[in-house]
Amino acid sequence: MSELQTIVHDVLVIGAGGAGLRAAIEAASRGAKVGVVCKSLLGKAHTVMAEGGMAAAMANVDDRDNWRVHFADTMRGGQYLNNWRMAELHAKEAPERVKELEKWGALFDRTKDGRILQRNFGGHRYPRLAHVGDRTGLEMIRTLQDHGIHEGLDVHMEYTVVTLLHDGERIAGALAYDRERGRFRVFRAKAVVLATGGIGRAFSISSNSWEYTGDGHALAYLAGAALQDMEFVQFHPTGMIWPPSVRGILVTEGVRGEGGVLRNRDGKRFMFENIPDNYKSQTADNEEEGWRYTQGDKDARRPPELLTRDHVARMIVREVKEGRGSPHGGVYLDISWIKDKIPNAAEHIRKKLPSMYHQFKQLANIDITKEPMEIGPTTHYVMGGIRVDGDTQMSTVPGLFACGECAAGLHGANRLGGNSLSDLLVFGKRAGEYAAEFARTRGDVTLDDAEIDAGMQYALAPFERGAGAEGAYQVQDALQSTMQDLVGIVRAQHEMEQALEELEVLKQRAEKVGVPGNREYNPGWHTALDLRNLLIVSEAIARSALARKESRGGHFRDDYPEKDPAFATFNHVVRRRDDGTMELARESIAPLPAELAAIIEEMK
Amino acid sequence: MTATPQSPASTHRAVDAYTAAQQAQDAAAGHGARTFRIWRGADGNGEFRDYTTEAIDGMVVLDAVQQIQAEQANDLAVRWNCKAGKCGSCSAEINGKPRLMCMTRLDELPADEPVSVEPMRAFPHLRDLVTDVSWNFRVKPTITRFTPRPPDAPDGTWRIDQEDVDRVQEFRKCIECFLCQDVCHVLRDHHKHDEFIGPRFLVYAAALEMHPLDTADRTAQLREEHGIGYCNITKCCTKVCPEHITITDNAIIPLKERVVDEFFDPLKALVRLVRGKRR
Repeated sequence: MSELQTIVHDVLVIGAGGAGLRAAIEAASRGAKVGVVCKSLLGKAHTVMAEGGMAAAMANVDDRDNWRVHFADTMRGGQYLNNWRMAELHAKEAPERVKELEKWGALFDRTKDGRILQRNFGGHRYPRLAHVGDRTGLEMIRTLQDHGIHEGLDVHMEYTVVTLLHDGERIAGALAYDRERGRFRVFRAKAVVLATGGIGRAFSISSNSWEYTGDGHALAYLAGAALQDMEFVQFHPTGMIWPPSVRGILVTEGVRGEGGVLRNRDGKRFMFENIPDNYKSQTADNEEEGWRYTQGDKDARRPPELLTRDHVARMIVREVKEGRGSPHGGVYLDISWIKDKIPNAAEHIRKKLPSMYHQFKQLANIDITKEPMEIGPTTHYVMGGIRVDGDTQMSTVPGLFACGECAAGLHGANRLGGNSLSDLLVFGKRAGEYAAEFARTRGDVTLDDAEIDAGMQYALAPFERGAGAEGAYQVQDALQSTMQDLVGIVRAQHEMEQALEELEVLKQRAEKVGVPGNREYNPGWHTALDLRNLLIVSEAIARSALARKESRGGHFRDDYPEKDPAFATFNHVVRRRDDGTMELARESIAPLPAELAAIIEEMK
Repeated sequence: MTATPQSPASTHRAVDAYTAAQQAQDAAAGHGARTFRIWRGADGNGEFRDYTTEAIDGMVVLDAVQQIQAEQANDLAVRWNCKAGKCGSCSAEINGKPRLMCMTRLDELPADEPVSVEPMRAFPHLRDLVTDVSWNFRVKPTITRFTPRPPDAPDGTWRIDQEDVDRVQEFRKCIECFLCQDVCHVLRDHHKHDEFIGPRFLVYAAALEMHPLDTADRTAQLREEHGIGYCNITKCCTKVCPEHITITDNAIIPLKERVVDEFFDPLKALVRLVRGKRR
């Protein structure tokens, strides 16, 4: 393929959100020649939408906080399916990563004595989230972007990766095309870091951007890597629900952290009704105590609105199903009520939650300082992802690393709010560090022309079928309905079996979709190629969820509504068999070292 | 002990009550056909083409464009990401005005005429609604990077007043949609892309200059390389900013004042003469 341009790097990073940029900066700082490939323009990645903050036990607001408490909170939130080594490293290293961001220009809100302010969030025992109003993700990605452009990174914007390339067992780079002109490019690299984010576009109601089509998950799976914990999808309890066009857009948990409460149609704070046993000792049992907690009273326990996301989402669904929902099929989230408690409440809300104020005013004609919001659950995050080594972030394929949302382990069965942004930084840095090390200590790679040819043929096939064939959008739409209706917040065996049947049919339809027009910035073509990835992650989710016959964290079964200790000892892992079918297996969780077990016991 | 299933297997495709409630609401929302006049074509050549599609209450322009893309024109090129006004990707000119498609509601546009949607005009056209905005990404690294003062505390951290954070937050809200660049006549009409960095990057420079920890001085650069003098404060940029940043008054004018102080203050000019030209 002489007309094909080959670009050579030591380390190729796929994805330019928080994890990808942090990985790229780290690898470059260690002397590696680094390329970054991203589907969007630089600085537009999904990280930009993160609102609440990043969790790090800096103890700036409550000096009782430390890494041990953060570790225990993360494990409890993840229902102990977490990779404990990652939970430990994350809790220990997050404070340093936040401070580093400040050194690079990030400006966080401050305490009275001028240190980084930290706010309350669901599942965190102490105020722990460094934040900037409700636009922390923007601050983070802009800081990494503006630092990264001076670090010698070779950034390729608006490129889609078609397939990863091999040199024997080892990863050797990627085949990609530029979305603007449709030209293929070969990226040869000694190590590849996947930082592609999540899978939210597999569902109809989602807070995720179009980019979240599970690309990294699918590329790794096809390259021979294992995916882990795919049954655990987080449905964020508070998404917008009205008008229809905004359904799914995120309403930050920060609203509840600032004192916002959930009420049903009858004005009742239903979250007080059903507090899980393992959180009872930490949760307020009356409204007054909950309010005091949000205002920084260290003796108060947190209000039940700040229980973990999986629980809050299910409680909202219960209210709606039992006929106590709001007019548009959700419940009320009210921050305006704090005007009874503090002076200048409207101004306070606008300052603490500026983008929420703006979002509701502009898109729903609602003034959140005066009236309650209507909200309901929205697909938000996938805990599952590429199985990696906790220290190095290398997958089961040599030279292939993964970090951020596309990697599994840190969050177990459910992620705590605020643990994602810190995840990106802690494990982005580690992936960059170890990928650079891998590239430095291993020899060069050789590419296989046949693998490249096959990739191009696959990518161009939709044009050969042309405009006469079924379009990609119809198949994508059907896939999203299947997952939303049959593998959503509340799951049951017969529904998931049906989903797997429907996915088989959708696979066949996806192989026949056609695309009109040419290769230049053609969204129909991009969508057609996304289908393969969406179908792989959807099947992985459905198969893993079907096999987990219990309810735990983000995974809730109507037919097995209780947690079952028999399922607490292993992670589900999927791999691709040689014949192309998906294999599901159990991998035992390594026993906790005594030191970490003692921490969990102590914090119970 | 392993739990036992509580409901029998069935092959019936059932939508759960929650989804059903949402679907019922969609059906109850107001509907009506609207016409969209969308620019189609490549590399500067093109024409408006009309598409009619069903609009629902509360819809934004991006919804309509995506619906047309899915149902009538699979290859209609449009750049978008978050659809929540946070990423600044879906910039376009709607009824002639630079706006984000995802934050422009149909019910704020005249109902009795087609909604026109065309690409930004200050950048090279690629295809349909998509332009080549890469110039912006080449400009940014030419601005002196953030240069913090030494840490205030032995643990490597700084002490900053909230007041000083608040002062620059306005500039740091920028989502880089480049609508201000699109509307700026220095770029749009006079094509001074080689001599002038545009409002976006003046805001960026202001954010750095007013950052409580930053120690670099960008005034010479602003005057000599970045063409701040080209801005004649017509405030068009401020009017189109979706984040409501008061670009001209709060960012550009203070920067212009710094440049004036630095270069036209006789005392400073003397100092400069003695110390030599600043970098």
